Amino acid sequence: MQMLSSAQSETVRRILTDHKDRPGPLLEVLHAIQKALGHVPAEALALVAEELNLSRAEVHGVVTFYHHFRSSPPGKHVVQVCRAESCQAAGGEALAAHARARLGVDFHQRTSDGKFSLDPVYCLGNCACSPAVMIDGRLHGRVTPERFDALLAEADSEACP
Amino acid sequence: MKSPATARPAVPGTTVFVPADAGSLSLGAEAVCRAISAQACARGLEVRLVRNGSRGAYWLEPLVEVVSAQGRIGYGPVSAADVPGLFDAGWLGGGAHALRVGDVEALPWFASQQRLTFERVGRVDPLSVSDYVDHGGYQGLRRALAMSPQSVVEAVTGSGLRGRGGAAFPTGIKWKTVLDQQAGQKYVTCNADEGDSGTFSDRMLMEGDPFSLIEGMTIAAIATGATQGYIYLRAEYPHAHRILAGAIAGAYEARYLGADVMGSGKRFDLEVRVGAGAYICGEETSMLESLEGRRGEVRVRPPLPAVKGLFGRPTIVNNVITLSTVPAILRHGADFYAGYGTGKSRGTLPIQLAGNIKRGGLVERAFGLTLRELLYEYGGGSASGRPLRAVQIGGPLGAYVPASQFDTLVDYEALAGIGAMLGHGGIVAFDDSVDMARMARYAMEFCAIESCGKCTPCRIGSTRGVEIVDRILEGEDPQRQVLKLEELCEVMVQGSLCGLGGMAPFPVQSALRHFREDFLARVSR
Repeated sequence: MQMLSSAQSETVRRILTDHKDRPGPLLEVLHAIQKALGHVPAEALALVAEELNLSRAEVHGVVTFYHHFRSSPPGKHVVQVCRAESCQAAGGEALAAHARARLGVDFHQRTSDGKFSLDPVYCLGNCACSPAVMIDGRLHGRVTPERFDALLAEADSEACP
Repeated sequence: MKSPATARPAVPGTTVFVPADAGSLSLGAEAVCRAISAQACARGLEVRLVRNGSRGAYWLEPLVEVVSAQGRIGYGPVSAADVPGLFDAGWLGGGAHALRVGDVEALPWFASQQRLTFERVGRVDPLSVSDYVDHGGYQGLRRALAMSPQSVVEAVTGSGLRGRGGAAFPTGIKWKTVLDQQAGQKYVTCNADEGDSGTFSDRMLMEGDPFSLIEGMTIAAIATGATQGYIYLRAEYPHAHRILAGAIAGAYEARYLGADVMGSGKRFDLEVRVGAGAYICGEETSMLESLEGRRGEVRVRPPLPAVKGLFGRPTIVNNVITLSTVPAILRHGADFYAGYGTGKSRGTLPIQLAGNIKRGGLVERAFGLTLRELLYEYGGGSASGRPLRAVQIGGPLGAYVPASQFDTLVDYEALAGIGAMLGHGGIVAFDDSVDMARMARYAMEFCAIESCGKCTPCRIGSTRGVEIVDRILEGEDPQRQVLKLEELCEVMVQGSLCGLGGMAPFPVQSALRHFREDFLARVSR
């Protein structure tokens, strides 16, 4: 197992100090780690378990229960395509197929140049404007394949989100 | 009530509303806003931009409203490229333009609605406490503070309000249980894990009028003796999170939250906790587990959360819409609210029209409308122009309803009568190109993705369900496979520990019941 870098370790410790006295802190801690490091490294879990007085199994169980937490770093841009019913009713499956082909990866994968992660999502709450896509936390509605390409190009031309 | 046209005239210039809810932003509202600023500046015109929530007329979004002598005149859907032309047309004075829709509140789509919960959404600046107060905000809490906790609970009970998250449990009864528990730490939690496809009313409310949720939670706390509140918000709603955080900070600053709520000496603290992408956390006991920082697995009931909830303490768990409706009930009285609706479905319901629908959006009406009225009169039929074949009501665990049943009333009892459920009030429309066997496959696939794995019928059953539908899709002895699928659904319904595995078969069973031809008529490859 790889070790955390000292900077990463420092970050995790700071997050734990900030949150550990709050009620039910584990999810908040994991969110903060993912926000700071881009993912929740497996190597951080021992530290989290120790500081929160939990077993490593408990922490592992929580991290793996929730789809939102990543165990490896995402691409520079995170592309989430909604796969749920409302988007399916409005061309979402064709859009999902286009997204896979355009990025050359399947869902849950990262492009080889590290630029994009492609994730499925089950409802973004934009169902009156289906199909919906979220890129780096920004929501887009009525997304056609053409618009999808334009949004990718736009994200690509920006610096890190 | 003050007209929104006269709200906050302190800054000179024409007031222009540009929605900033996530839905409008997803259609380019930010670029429209920038274009308006730039054009106004270039033309030497003074414009006061207000970022409101969405009216819910999403086919018109971004729907810009200009306050003119004729009222609040809407233009939509506006793109940034339209903005120079709109200025040329004199839109700041309500000028004619192809995108002009007139006074939004006079549109039949809007005028025929009965907006109680969504009264302010789209009309006010969601982050302005004073705008909220000017539009009737905090009158409900003021009343509640002058009443005994019992009377507040009685008012909620008397209104007939039932949980709008999906379970439709009478809200007042839940509150009474919490009130009746011994004094000590109690909690008010808001379930904002709006995960059903086809639903977005929680998001719209939180982004368009967050103070009504904050006020509703505060009233719940005052009524039951709770001092701490949590809003459990799904991770997929980062924009709602930003707006809630801003509104909560504003409420603290204006002393509507904190140690001395409205000078009453009563404390109520409120914070937002973010979920992490687990559909099951919309179930109240798994939401509590998640709030405590654990895997979102369901708890066995009893004990009820109202008796032993968050951290083992008496806890109210209500949906966003339920809580946000409470201020109106306290402000106008229980009878006023109960005066709307039909049978045991009292009050109004914010219905969300989604999927393949021409005029998707939010319609708040008293219970008693038929599906047909909603889909055709409000929704305008399919977006594709093809006939509507089915709707799914109540999210991924909800039944598919065929066009032959579109005359059913949209209320709790009538839908239950046809084997469907209202859930959180989302209706997803499908045209005649839908393959119902594929939708059945998706229902099983979704259950497999979201299953927590604790019980076998859900964990294994959902995966077996996907495999069976795959064989049907391949045309592999569909008659026999359909019987197997029906048997499997029965096992999942009867044998699953919670509603996920127990209800995931509902869309499958309804598809088999109403659209059997989609399963049997597969051509063997």
